[in-house]
Amino acid sequence: MALVLFFGCTKAVSPVDSGLEAQILHFGNGSEPQGLDPHIVTGVPEHHLLIAMCEGLTIANPKGGENLPGVAKSWTISPDGKTYTFFLQENARWSNGDSLTASDFVWSWMRILTPSLGSQYPDMLYYVKGAPEYHQGLTEDFSSVGVTAVNDYELKVELTNATPFFIKLLSHYSTYPVHKETVLQHGTIDDRNGQWTRPGNFVCNGPMNLKTWELNKQITVEKNPLYWDEENVRLNEIRYYPVSNESTEDRMFRAGQLHVTNVVPLEKCPVYIEQNNPDLRIEPYMGTYFYRVNTNHPVLKDKRIRLALAYALNRKLIVEKVSKCGQEAAYSFTPPGTAGYEPDTSIPFDPELAKSLLAEAGYADGSNFPVLEILFNTQEGHRKIALAVQQMWQQNLGISVQLVNQDWKVYLAREMTGDYQISRAGWIGDYEDPNTFLDTLRPNRGNNKTGWENQKYDELLATANSTNDQELRYSYLNQAEKLLISEMPIIPIYTYVKAYQISSDVKGWYPNIIDTHHPKFIYLER
Amino acid sequence: MLQVILKRIAIAIPVILVVASITFFLVRMAPGGPFDAEKVVPPQVMKNLNAVYNLDAPLFIQYKDYMFNLVQGDFGPSFRYPGRSVTEMIFTGLPVTLELAFYAILIAMVIGGFAGVIAAVNRNTPLDYIPMTIAMIGICMPTFLLGPLLVLFFGIHLELLPVSGWDSLAGDKILPSITLGAAYAAYIARLSRGGMLETLGQDYIRTARAKGLPEYKVIIRHALQGGLVPVVSFLGPAIAGLIGGSFVVETIFQIPGLGRFYVEAAFNRDYTMILGTTIFFSALIIFFNLLSDIAVLLMNPRARSEA
Repeated sequence: MALVLFFGCTKAVSPVDSGLEAQILHFGNGSEPQGLDPHIVTGVPEHHLLIAMCEGLTIANPKGGENLPGVAKSWTISPDGKTYTFFLQENARWSNGDSLTASDFVWSWMRILTPSLGSQYPDMLYYVKGAPEYHQGLTEDFSSVGVTAVNDYELKVELTNATPFFIKLLSHYSTYPVHKETVLQHGTIDDRNGQWTRPGNFVCNGPMNLKTWELNKQITVEKNPLYWDEENVRLNEIRYYPVSNESTEDRMFRAGQLHVTNVVPLEKCPVYIEQNNPDLRIEPYMGTYFYRVNTNHPVLKDKRIRLALAYALNRKLIVEKVSKCGQEAAYSFTPPGTAGYEPDTSIPFDPELAKSLLAEAGYADGSNFPVLEILFNTQEGHRKIALAVQQMWQQNLGISVQLVNQDWKVYLAREMTGDYQISRAGWIGDYEDPNTFLDTLRPNRGNNKTGWENQKYDELLATANSTNDQELRYSYLNQAEKLLISEMPIIPIYTYVKAYQISSDVKGWYPNIIDTHHPKFIYLER
Repeated sequence: MLQVILKRIAIAIPVILVVASITFFLVRMAPGGPFDAEKVVPPQVMKNLNAVYNLDAPLFIQYKDYMFNLVQGDFGPSFRYPGRSVTEMIFTGLPVTLELAFYAILIAMVIGGFAGVIAAVNRNTPLDYIPMTIAMIGICMPTFLLGPLLVLFFGIHLELLPVSGWDSLAGDKILPSITLGAAYAAYIARLSRGGMLETLGQDYIRTARAKGLPEYKVIIRHALQGGLVPVVSFLGPAIAGLIGGSFVVETIFQIPGLGRFYVEAAFNRDYTMILGTTIFFSALIIFFNLLSDIAVLLMNPRARSEA
């Protein structure tokens, strides 16, 4: 206590206060990033860092909607939608001063598609002609892949099909360029353990530059004076803190150590809503919380039972009384409003209909129905939802439900091997387009995990994605979505929201469904 | 004494190898792998990843390779953090954890030792009951409760100290050190009280008093050495426990120490990191136990002659 009194005789200036003049943003970044190599990492904390330090051909629009120019100042698309020509910024530079040219993109895309690199996101480029074949080792000739540097500032990309969301993919970090000489100086093209991402070695092309990286403590990036749009960057520094404990993060925010938090603790969200906390933000987020149904299960393979389960859930009650953080009840797999797409589906809460479906399947009033098991990974929020679902099914259908919680990796392993009946799941879109959701349930997709295979669904998606006409495409996707909801291999529960706290000093930060806040638009002002 | 040390080191080596072997196979028996994620890794990519990390070899070959590298002091690369070796990560976190443990044990010894001696000297008076009641509460209060309470009061309510961090803001080491040290202070208070009570009843103390030495001299010069022996033998396992058990405090205060790597490695199935930290912690525990045994030998003539 004496130490406390000795050290703490005066109130210190908080980082948030001192950051204002120096334009230093303190950012709660969730967890320690796996790394900073855009071709190797996966995950949201890495995304926050990489959009600051590197830049792809396009960047996500901070206000949502169409992507904005990044390294590509403009582009043209052929009438059949299969050939894209990108014109690069002539003043685009790497942070070491080298010019950034079209061939940098060719080499970088070759790198991510190199099988021995073991990148987990090569499929982001699978739309490019010849890319899957190269990545799967069917050819070793990269010239067969549809990406060519026409000259230093012109990049031509040929796609297998018209892919209307292709421009959106190009703001994803997996498509970012990396500096060839730096990568090769510290390893080979397929070296996962290369040291090029360390401070001092790191070279990239974004508005910020890597300054320091202290494991599990903080990563500091500073303004890159060589960035092509440097004059519009107002922040001088961003400090990212890997705070994995939500309560710690909340206390840091309250003590003025953070401008922005990653999340709001589960139990605090309803309290902050009630208190009208001015720093609390709850914004729509492109993610769906759902229950996956194992359609290979002898009972659950019956569509009527899956529908009965879905119709017996009162989603409104779940979001209002259980999750309690502004989530929206979900009646489709794709969140409404994803790139202007509005799914035309409904899932009624109708216990009578549900009961009659169950009776039709041979289980009147739930008699003889086996005990159902809901699998979820250990987390308080998932447990609460599972309890509510358990109660609704017991009450509305008369069936017994057991809850099974498992450690994250055990849960994943059980889902992967189909060792479950119903499992909790969530899906966050990789890019703003309905395809990022609907594609996962096509046959042979690793993320399907339900055992549900529907040829018509597959065809509808294939047709939709070869169409260049957005309206027609959305109508096909809507048909697929309707088919999905009428078969119910997944039971949507709610649409995610992004709940976080942000200081009123932070300006240039807009709500958007993909939760991407590009640092070049952010500044601090009181 | 040298013989004792050499004997202990000779036992330590096979112990560590057994720990490594058991951990190796236990980790592999746990369901789920290092690259499993909600977004499934395509089979082709998984095959490549397994090849990169030698996970496609038969388990026994992997074991043989791992042990071979281990004997040469190579813990391998982290699976979770590409580009980082396990050794690098251990030695990044270790100094922080050691520093935290040092402050915590210092606080524990000063507060606990002082309280224990005062209580023993004033046996069955309020000066005995009050510190011992506080010590009992201290033992019962978990760090995950004490930490946030201290933060709320000193960090958020009084705005006197930072609520998190390590070596970033002035005074950010105070609250975590107190939080981690508190439970140990409580133990030490009880141990030193017990030890002192036993010593104060000895004949040589009566002799010292009979010779007319003032009471404070009797305590400081004669009683303390014997009275604190239980505390010293507790210190070895306590320091090892502090280092291995600092995870909660490191999480509450956002401290980049080794404890967080250790626990997160298990959740991430970062095989090499789990093995590396487990082996390292076993070695530390053995080392600190040895140190405390040596200290006891030095302080206790009876034990010295037995050795």
